[in-house]
Amino acid sequence: MIDCSKASSICNKNQYCEASFLDKLKLGLHIFLCKRCKLYSEQNELMTKIFKIHLHKNKDVKLCKEDKNALKNNLEKKINS
Amino acid sequence: MTEKKKHTLDPNKWIDLHSDYMYNYTITRVNDHEIAKDLVQETFFSSLKAMKNFKGEASERTWLISILKRKIIDHYRKKNSKKGKAEVRMSFYENGENKGKWIEERAPSLWGNAGEEAIENSELKSALDHCIENLPEKYRMVFLLKTVQNYETEEICNELGITSSNLWVIIHRARVQLRSCLEENWFGK
Repeated sequence: MIDCSKASSICNKNQYCEASFLDKLKLGLHIFLCKRCKLYSEQNELMTKIFKIHLHKNKDVKLCKEDKNALKNNLEKKINS
Repeated sequence: MTEKKKHTLDPNKWIDLHSDYMYNYTITRVNDHEIAKDLVQETFFSSLKAMKNFKGEASERTWLISILKRKIIDHYRKKNSKKGKAEVRMSFYENGENKGKWIEERAPSLWGNAGEEAIENSELKSALDHCIENLPEKYRMVFLLKTVQNYETEEICNELGITSSNLWVIIHRARVQLRSCLEENWFGK
């Protein structure tokens, strides 16, 4: 039987749908017998939900004009040196 | 068969054509405006020096990004060597008869305010940002690329030169740490 550390690591992989069938089986059996990991697994599902709600892909972030001008000036100096 | 058109470089247009794209690429990986800006600038400088090595096989942007990628990796290497090993709080006993079991005070405890409505709370968002901020930098980058930017495991591994088992160890530790941080700062309250 796998230990709690291994179980939680499979559980984390599973949040990205990348745990193998055999691993999921091992996890299922462990969770059936271990209250702590059952709780961890439930909380982990919830965390995945929270990440989906609160963390978003960066939309196109742009450099402001001043930053761009500074970059341009510095680069020009290098080109001409 | 027509011969493939060779790409060319024009440094005078780099800022206008590529700086936003490169900044965007960097900020999703380093999460800090000043550092991102510096890395983009250094990339332009290094690219200028390396122009004679450009063979015209890749597009200008692809070539610039390949140099930027190395800069970002170097940035993380420097960071790690400066600070020594980034501190990660372990949640499991690493050896002895309890090896692999939860460390008593780190084991999950029941969460209050975990209902559907509560998790949409904007204060939870601040707690989460704080916890992510506290992750060691490399962990934060891998975690965000995988979880938020939805990168394929293979893509991240290639970019950072790590194996997929390295990646999962990082994700695992990052999530275990985030869980206990959220428990401390939000759910345990």
